[in-house]
Amino acid sequence: MFRFALSRLALIVPTFIGVSIVAFAFIRLLPGDPIMLLAGERGMSAERYAELQAEMGFDRPIVAQYFDYLLGLFQGDLGTSIVTKRPVLEEFFTLFPATIELAFCAIVLATTIGIPLGVLAAVKRGSWIDQTVMGTALVGYSMPIFWWGLLLIILFSGTLGWTPVSGRISLMYFFPPVTGFMLIDSLLSGQEGAFTSALSHLILPTVVLATIPLAVIARQTRSAMLEVLGEDYVRTARSKGLSPRRVIGLHALRNAMIPVITTVGLQVGVLLAGAILTETIFSWPGIGKWMVDSVFRRDYAVVQGGLLLIAIIIMFVNLIVDMLYGLINPRIRH
Amino acid sequence: MPILDIQNLSVTFETSSGPFKAVDGITLSVDSGEILSIVGESGSGKSVSMLALMGLLPWTATITADRMQFAGQNLATMSARQRRKIIGKDISMIFQEPMSSLNPCFTVGFQIGETLRQHLGMDRKARRARTIELLDLVGIPAPEDRLSTFPHQLSGGMSQRVMIAMALACKPKLLIADEPTTALDVTIQAQILDLLVRLQKETDMGLILITHDMGVVAETAERVQVQYAGQKVEEQHVKALFRDPHHPYTAALLAALPERARGRDRLPSIPGVVPGPSDRPPACLFEPRCTFATDLCRQTVKRQDEALGQALCNYPLVAGRPQNHPSQSHATDETRKELT
Amino acid sequence: MTHVEADKPGMHQEPDAAEASQTTASAPKRRSGLAEFWYYFSQNKGAVIGLCVFLAIIAIALLAPVLAPHSPTVQNRDALLLPPAWQDGGKAAYLLGTDPVGRDVLSRLMFGAQFSLFIGVAVVVLSVSSGVILGLIAGFFRGWIDTTIMRVMDVILAFPSLLLALVLVAILGPGLVNAMIAIALVLQPHFVRLTRASVLAESEREYVTSARVAGASRFRLMFVTILPNCLAPLIVQATLSFSNAILDAAALGFLGMGAQPPTPEWGTMLAEAREFILRAWWVVTFPGLAILITVLAINLMGDGLRDALDPKLKRS
Repeated sequence: MFRFALSRLALIVPTFIGVSIVAFAFIRLLPGDPIMLLAGERGMSAERYAELQAEMGFDRPIVAQYFDYLLGLFQGDLGTSIVTKRPVLEEFFTLFPATIELAFCAIVLATTIGIPLGVLAAVKRGSWIDQTVMGTALVGYSMPIFWWGLLLIILFSGTLGWTPVSGRISLMYFFPPVTGFMLIDSLLSGQEGAFTSALSHLILPTVVLATIPLAVIARQTRSAMLEVLGEDYVRTARSKGLSPRRVIGLHALRNAMIPVITTVGLQVGVLLAGAILTETIFSWPGIGKWMVDSVFRRDYAVVQGGLLLIAIIIMFVNLIVDMLYGLINPRIRH
Repeated sequence: MPILDIQNLSVTFETSSGPFKAVDGITLSVDSGEILSIVGESGSGKSVSMLALMGLLPWTATITADRMQFAGQNLATMSARQRRKIIGKDISMIFQEPMSSLNPCFTVGFQIGETLRQHLGMDRKARRARTIELLDLVGIPAPEDRLSTFPHQLSGGMSQRVMIAMALACKPKLLIADEPTTALDVTIQAQILDLLVRLQKETDMGLILITHDMGVVAETAERVQVQYAGQKVEEQHVKALFRDPHHPYTAALLAALPERARGRDRLPSIPGVVPGPSDRPPACLFEPRCTFATDLCRQTVKRQDEALGQALCNYPLVAGRPQNHPSQSHATDETRKELT
Repeated sequence: MTHVEADKPGMHQEPDAAEASQTTASAPKRRSGLAEFWYYFSQNKGAVIGLCVFLAIIAIALLAPVLAPHSPTVQNRDALLLPPAWQDGGKAAYLLGTDPVGRDVLSRLMFGAQFSLFIGVAVVVLSVSSGVILGLIAGFFRGWIDTTIMRVMDVILAFPSLLLALVLVAILGPGLVNAMIAIALVLQPHFVRLTRASVLAESEREYVTSARVAGASRFRLMFVTILPNCLAPLIVQATLSFSNAILDAAALGFLGMGAQPPTPEWGTMLAEAREFILRAWWVVTFPGLAILITVLAINLMGDGLRDALDPKLKRS
């Protein structure tokens, strides 16, 4: 298992180097002078310019600059935001919990609904249940989620007044962040109604963000189940006199989960892309909104750092999924 | 009283090209401690009738039977839930492909123990002990170490032994073995057959052995039922059957055995294939491939009595000669020889 | 001996399989390629519906100048935020209402169809052509060229597609053309991977060896011998990319990084309408609905294409 993990880690290295080159090149590909872009100061003397050039290493050869950048990365230096003047990494860690909270709830929603629906559709293949589930899944899969979010706001926040329009918690409540996860912090704060408020803020963004992964997982589960249900070992399980629930829920599902796990893992990239739109619509203070805002503010140090960090997250999630795959599939483990 | 008694069992599949009758009025019975062999080539409905008995057919299958009695209980009328209390416990089944019949995600110990828990409600410790006992019974060396192995670590022969152990877990009254050796190496085939016969003798259970291999029949079975295109065409004791087959199909099957080939001629084969849903003959289903077929065979077919092996044939063979055959009156011995 | 197949009809009973075996039964009068394709495609009701809707959208886009009751850009101060015709205060002249500056929503949607289809076609052409060429090169030359190309593709795939497109547009500058280039670049690794995998699989086949022995040039081998045999998965992927391109372009438009106002692009329309969501539901609902219907139609077709072209499904 350890060696398996190590070999997977080795595969990641070239991708990491590529990703860092992309992030490094980003600033240099932008139209305009990188020093002006990074420093963001209006009107600067020639001396100040030369000073900055030396400070940022722009007077050195490009390869040396890249290695400086790489060295900085390993020391946790991803540059400083022009707008807030705070280190990019620090900003990232303040905002990341909000995105994790949202993405985690979304993936939980997507799997807890998507997998049972996919199983149901496969077991009732060809019935109206199957057709309804698969039809809905295709609509979900085709959904422009930014519009879907707006529609839900119109319905639930506008017409029905059930849920708040934006943010993570009502302005009535204030408490210092402990974990950064609003659901947990609101409970810890002990303030009455805080948890309910946080939860009601979370519902719509979660639904919106979960839509596409849910559809993909349901479709993938169905096709994996259909394949597995025709296998000999499912017949063996039935011949043992096991209940249909156990045959489908244990013997078939366990095997069908192997490809589904991979699909769920791939959804993390989809989730982070979706977070860009969802967080923008709901003013959710996470890294998706942070990236969009930074692009608009021309805060390129943040864009550069965020790009790299998000790619690293995706790479690591894929690594974890690979490990899980090994755990659930005994043929790989041994 | 027989342990299993099936009268007039039919299975029809709903397909997009219309209904297809895979099993057509099969009647069979098995006593405790007896080995019944069902023989026939691909598509003769041997497996389907047993899967119907087990309740393992998909919903596209319609099953009808005059009687489907197991140990005094009527399988045809009982609910699926009641049937599940019997299958896996009193009737169990092993299959053709041992490698794919075991679930790749679970250990051998888990898969055998599951049956024990389901039907006997044994606790963990008792399950473990019984599983080791079973693995030992089917001749798997170092059974304690095998409990935590996964199926992909086993060979085909080992997998089939595990399947047998699983089938025997609850001391069944009837074991159905569906081509248990077809997918295995020749040397392993003999071992598995010996094992099955030994266990059958020791436990005094009934054994239904489905096979297409007459050699396997000769070595193991006591009573043989020959099926063709979903119908029973003959039933005899194994020795009698090999000595004097009454149905032309049985005769042809036996003639195709290498052990029986005389001289250096080419091994005889049966021309044509089993009829499918689209080319079903009107009366006798073997008629298009039969050397003795006459116009009568295209109109009706007669079930002969016990003495003639219940052969489903208008002109049952006796000592290789078709009885009452129109050609018989003027046929010479020469031509008759040719026909067989 | 294949006992399992024949012995247990219905053990693996699947409607597709049953239909497939039915057609193989009439194998002698084998249909020609296109007719066979259409036969399988038309078996899928959803796919046919998708095709009809898609054709209707193409017709609307082409005929927009004729069909649209108003200009997509002319503002009418007398008709600001009019609700759809069937609601109180709506006017029959503005069937789906007007936007905050008095433009007819229906007309803008019709002209918007032109943009969406154009985006889809352009992105697919760009990403397929570049992706296929890179994939062919990688699959053919192997070695370090292959490794380099594939590692670069891995890097592109390591980023969420929309984020990378967003950043690329930030580099190139906002606008529809730049958005399309960015989306094409983000979608193209899928084609590279697919083509390379097919080339590797096909290269092992006898017909390729025989063409090589017959002295076919490398170029000929690549484009004439092998490529036509990898088309099926590419077509399916192209359909998927078509709908993805429309979605991503709309998303970029929505974020203000795609087509710029007053272009009647659907995503851009949504962005402009955002602040009115609680006051005028129609300015938000209809552009999004147009995106959903178009994407859904294409995805329905994509599912049908996959079933019709996937030889694995056909054989089972």
